[in-house]
Amino acid sequence: MNLPESTDLVSGTEQKPHTLIGKDKVATEQFVRANLGWMLAVAKRIVVDGSIAEDVVQDAFSNVFKNLEAFRGDAALKTWMHRIVVNQALMALRKQRRRNEQPIDDLLPEFDDAGCRIDEPSMLSHLAQTPEALLLSSDRRQQVLASIDRLPDSYRVVLMLRDIEELSTSEVAEMTGLTEANVKVRLHRARAALKKLLSPLFEGTAL
Amino acid sequence: MNIMPNSVRQRIRSIMFKLPLMITCAEFEEFITAYLDGSLSNKQRRIFEFHLAVCRECRDYLAAYRTAMTVTGDVLNTQTADTLADVPEDLVSAVLAARASQDRK
Repeated sequence: MNLPESTDLVSGTEQKPHTLIGKDKVATEQFVRANLGWMLAVAKRIVVDGSIAEDVVQDAFSNVFKNLEAFRGDAALKTWMHRIVVNQALMALRKQRRRNEQPIDDLLPEFDDAGCRIDEPSMLSHLAQTPEALLLSSDRRQQVLASIDRLPDSYRVVLMLRDIEELSTSEVAEMTGLTEANVKVRLHRARAALKKLLSPLFEGTAL
Repeated sequence: MNIMPNSVRQRIRSIMFKLPLMITCAEFEEFITAYLDGSLSNKQRRIFEFHLAVCRECRDYLAAYRTAMTVTGDVLNTQTADTLADVPEDLVSAVLAARASQDRK
């Protein structure tokens, strides 16, 4: 059998055809250890809650094992598993009702009647020139994560899938059931809202 | 620093943005994503960049917008690194146990 490059997922070990993973105990454990971390990170970014993310990873693995025999290697194994964990996380997210999200309209830029921007200047625009100022303390990182969490889910998820998971507009449209045009609008609004949410964190940052 | 009062500056800008090949800040806003992913036509890109050159508000805004994207990416990357460095053993065991019982079925 022709192995796709994805077998490097079980790196540093004797490579097994992925159809055998799950039948051989040692290979299974290596496979799980090689993939659980990144899958958990993906799930956390989408569902936020750590214990729900762990449930997502369990369900995703069970899905992976169930379909491994049918996986034909026409896509990289990791790409295929990535889609599985993203879909599982999106399903879990739909079941959750959320917490502290802020209406997106409050977070979008404003314009006057002539279409001129009326926006308070943000310290973030100066930080762009001083990348070393972006090395963030762990407190500051927690604040950034909390700010991301205030985006409404339907915007936050599009931002995660496009900007962080690096899925294409059409893939995100397919996974979320949104139109491609809507994915683009939501991505832009999510970024704009995030700019507004992050700005206060950087007020008074020394340049 | 600002010699002109804001109201005068606003009025000048609103007249300027009506000239040919000029767009308003609100229109500029609509093109940001396409500009950043390189999907504007040459003509659209020139119009976009011309607005950027004449409008300090949008220049600052776009810089802040991009920095927010960078900060978000960096923070999430750090979170990923933390997760990878500390994979929960009980989750590994749970996945393996579930697999073993799936196999027996």
